[in-house]
Amino acid sequence: MADNAYLSVKGITKRFGGIVAVEQVSFEINKGEVVSIIGPNGAGKTTVFNMLTGVYQVDEGTIVFNGEEIQNKKPKHIVMAGMSRTFQNIRLFQDMRVIENVLIGAHIKTSYSFLDSTFRTARYRKEEDEKVLQAIELLKSVGLEHRKDDYASNLPYGDQRKLEIARAIATGAGLLLLDEPAAGMNPKESEELMLFIRSLKQKGYTVLLIEHDMSVVMNISDRIYVIDHGKPIAHGLPVEIANNERVIEAYLGGVHKDAEDN
Amino acid sequence: MTNTRMEKHSFLYQFESFISKNQKLLLILLAAFLCLLPKSVNNQYFLTVIVKMAVYAMFGLGLNILTGYTGLVSLGHAGFVAIGAYTASLCAVKLGLSFFPSMLLGMVAAGLVGILLGLPTLRLTGTYLSIVTLGFGEIIKMIAMNWSPVTNGTLGVKNIPKPAVFGMKLTIANHGLYYLVMIILIVCTVFCLVLVKSKTGRALQAIKGDELASVMMGINVTYYKILAFVLSACICAAAGALYATLIGYVDPNTFNFDVSTLILSIVILGGMGTIRGMFLGAAILIALPEVSRFLMVYRFVLYGVILVVMMRFRPQGILGWKSQLPYKLSRQVVERLKTAETEEAGDNG
Repeated sequence: MADNAYLSVKGITKRFGGIVAVEQVSFEINKGEVVSIIGPNGAGKTTVFNMLTGVYQVDEGTIVFNGEEIQNKKPKHIVMAGMSRTFQNIRLFQDMRVIENVLIGAHIKTSYSFLDSTFRTARYRKEEDEKVLQAIELLKSVGLEHRKDDYASNLPYGDQRKLEIARAIATGAGLLLLDEPAAGMNPKESEELMLFIRSLKQKGYTVLLIEHDMSVVMNISDRIYVIDHGKPIAHGLPVEIANNERVIEAYLGGVHKDAEDN
Repeated sequence: MTNTRMEKHSFLYQFESFISKNQKLLLILLAAFLCLLPKSVNNQYFLTVIVKMAVYAMFGLGLNILTGYTGLVSLGHAGFVAIGAYTASLCAVKLGLSFFPSMLLGMVAAGLVGILLGLPTLRLTGTYLSIVTLGFGEIIKMIAMNWSPVTNGTLGVKNIPKPAVFGMKLTIANHGLYYLVMIILIVCTVFCLVLVKSKTGRALQAIKGDELASVMMGINVTYYKILAFVLSACICAAAGALYATLIGYVDPNTFNFDVSTLILSIVILGGMGTIRGMFLGAAILIALPEVSRFLMVYRFVLYGVILVVMMRFRPQGILGWKSQLPYKLSRQVVERLKTAETEEAGDNG
């Protein structure tokens, strides 16, 4: 399994000065799985995402994606290799239309040159039309087709999340990294999101999820990795994690307390 | 949904759909107007002001690529204008080149300097970038002032020849210069329109919207920022070359900081990130000193008041609205969507 995993992360470490944000984190994802990384606030989950996508340099360890080592490669290279992400706080292109957001996602797959577009060559027209049609198709599949002309900032919160995922899909990625997609959603919206992620899985996408919403994590994950203070503390099936004492101590205990407060 | 329906009744939507429905007719009317304008007024002063507006609209279009679309505010665009104007003028005066090759050389020179300015400023945004570009504008001015053997120092370049086509000199008096400037302005405008609706234009706007997200979409931010600098510099340089032949001489003070702020004011007043805005911005800010001559020195107060009031009540610029019309699909796309729809209906039936 180790060799043919879709994404295989081995002992990655990230230090910011004297602080070790992520230490010796390893995990693996097979094609078609939904895997979650959980951990308390500040555990280093987003740092892991930033290392995977090339925002941060990896100090130690290797990341093998689709048979290719991608640690410390440029973000563009990693996106082209087939990994794309969303953000914890939505980062859409707010002043642009929904369809334009998706077209930007398709940027790396759009190959006409600057001269092609300046002189409106046949190549430009053919490819632009193709990409627009694909964008509409993609929006249809995520249920946003009727809003394609709207500006991204005018979408309701749940739809913005969906659009962000659609934009990530448009890059042609096979592996989607979703950073807290359910953050700020009400129970009904997170229910919808869960169905949506399931439908992605059915379409053959592999999903790596960072999430705080335990009902989402426990329901859709095939496997879960737990990190705390930058260190891996457990991994296993959702049931195993839910009953793991170290995890409950580090993390789920906090959730119960929160639930009582509410 | 209710929101969308309400928008359809808005004045803006009505206005925009009127324009887009009658696009061809309006363009023909505009073209006819522009063609007949010099014949009907035949007033040199008036035509000079119109040509100046057109040149400044080009400056605006140039800076708009950088500031309006890519979100990089430059306070030194007079520098690029100066490079274009000086290079073209010197080529024409000293080397005896005709206008078009001189203008092209000016654009090339400005483009190269655009790369040079773009590279070190890649990591800078906002105020920091503005300060560097401010410095850039001053450096160009200093070079023009002190590199006497080439630029003739503070005396400047005089007797810049008018462009000639088939041996005919194009001047304001025979309306040739007017038509030349209008044609180049139209070419620039079409270039900008085409640029916006391409992956390049989208990438530039994405960088303005969210740089990190753009990087994560695989956009080569370095490349596109420098491209924005270069395109912006080239358009301003072309306009600078025209400006030089229009007024007939250039000296270091022709392109001082005031010109940079004027270009930026055109972009902001008209509406950043719009093309229509550049024409209105240039028209207002160039006409203003002319029509308010009776106010004497106080006209600069009026100028200031307009900008302050505008920033207070309409910070997006006079024409800075976001289009309410649906995203424009090409005819082929619309047809293919229709066939797909009928097929689907057929399958269901």
